[in-house]
Amino acid sequence: MNLPGMLTPDIGLIFWMALAFIIVLLILAKFGFPVIIKMVEERQQFISESLTNARSANEKLASIQAEGEKILREAREEQAKIVKDAMATRDAIIKEAKTKATTEGEKLLQEAKAQILVEKENALREIRSQVAELSIRVAEQLVMEQLKDDYKQETYINSILDKIEK
Amino acid sequence: MIHNFLRNCIVIAAALFSFSSAALASGNHTGEKIDVKEIVLGHLGDAYEWHFFATENVEGAIPLPCIVRDEETHEWKVFMSSRIHEAMEEGEKGYEGFYFNEEKNGKIYQYLSDGTSVRPLDFSITKNVSQILLASLIIILVFLGCARWYKGHDAKVDAPGGFVGMMEALVMYLVNDLIKSNVGEKHYRPFVPYLLTVFFFILISNLLGLVPGGANVTGNINITFFLAFCTMLVVNLSGNKEYWKEIFWPDVPIMLKAYPLAIMPIIEVFGIISKPFALMVRLFANMMAGHAILLSFISIIFITCSLGSWMAYVVGGGMTIMSFLMILFMNFLECLVAFVQAYVFTLLSAVFIGLAHPAHEHKA
Repeated sequence: MNLPGMLTPDIGLIFWMALAFIIVLLILAKFGFPVIIKMVEERQQFISESLTNARSANEKLASIQAEGEKILREAREEQAKIVKDAMATRDAIIKEAKTKATTEGEKLLQEAKAQILVEKENALREIRSQVAELSIRVAEQLVMEQLKDDYKQETYINSILDKIEK
Repeated sequence: MIHNFLRNCIVIAAALFSFSSAALASGNHTGEKIDVKEIVLGHLGDAYEWHFFATENVEGAIPLPCIVRDEETHEWKVFMSSRIHEAMEEGEKGYEGFYFNEEKNGKIYQYLSDGTSVRPLDFSITKNVSQILLASLIIILVFLGCARWYKGHDAKVDAPGGFVGMMEALVMYLVNDLIKSNVGEKHYRPFVPYLLTVFFFILISNLLGLVPGGANVTGNINITFFLAFCTMLVVNLSGNKEYWKEIFWPDVPIMLKAYPLAIMPIIEVFGIISKPFALMVRLFANMMAGHAILLSFISIIFITCSLGSWMAYVVGGGMTIMSFLMILFMNFLECLVAFVQAYVFTLLSAVFIGLAHPAHEHKA
């Protein structure tokens, strides 16, 4: 039987094929494929790391933003509260001042009234004493005028005595 | 689908072969005879020279070195194949007793002193061998070139573009989609260089075979035998305990694996051989068939044109255009087949390696 060429076993062809294949395999297994695969895997790892980093950075950014907003909101609330407090304080102060002023005014008024009363009484008392003094002086003058001579004095004394005796 | 297509192609080729033979028979009495079978088988086979064209005066062929052992003195002889041609043209029986035996596919034979001729040990750099060496050189240059690019760059800074990027994409596609998923995530790493080398060796050889003048390397049973044998070695040498247990002591009733007949172990052992055998035949048949079809179409042109008289112009012209269109189509198809066959061989090798690492999922 005569097989066609490509079906005939050929030790030489197998030998060269084996030699070439093994050399190619050894060279590429050492210097070829591992370099490519290692680099690609490194790159993949780097990319996935970068993605994780980016994601965490994004999350961090979002949390920072949230925190900033929170701080801002708190500050605004604080501000509102402060303003409200200040207004309340102002109102209170004004109210207090008003009441104080009113009470003070009343007190002053009363003191003035009391003073006026005292002054009035003093004045009345003085007027009364002066009036009394004047009256005494007038009466003294009148008496002295009426009892200028002895006669008159005697008559007068007698009339008084008469009155007393009666 | 590819197999269906291949079957169709073989049917068409067979039809064309019969048609060619008929045409040849009718053309016999007019011009010179064109032996299609010899042309096709000659181109599919190996040669001691790289033949491109031939005219009446000029032979466009590169002689290749022959390395043979003298079977009488057991000495190794190295000479160019053109020496034998020259010697035979001068009417001698051969060069130092070596001659091309046309009855045995033109292989080198040696006349012994007792008049008989034997096939000496032949380690010649034939056309196939030189194309294997060329393919090896291309693969080594391509991947060392790629590796050099990576040495000069930081993986974290830039990724390759252009040719290196293409090779990287191809390699990583094979590693991730073919090797990792079929061999298994856990232990695929040691097999990556072997499987990638097989893939690129077959791919480059297939593509070189499509270049006009290229040799039919992967359509040669010796080459596919070697590749399949390597896969068989890798599969069986890397097989774990579970793998061997499933061969010799599978989970079947005892009467199927020990007494009266160890039928399952026999089938499994047969499977060890049949799996790589299928690999071998598949690649061989696919590539050989593609080349055969291409060569047949080309032969049609010469057959119809050698019919003589007016038929050569009418029939020959028409058939030449038809053949040319078919050759064009087949060449495109073969480019696809070159890739697909390399892919299938690597895929099945990966699957067989994966099967040799069964997980511990069996109940005791």
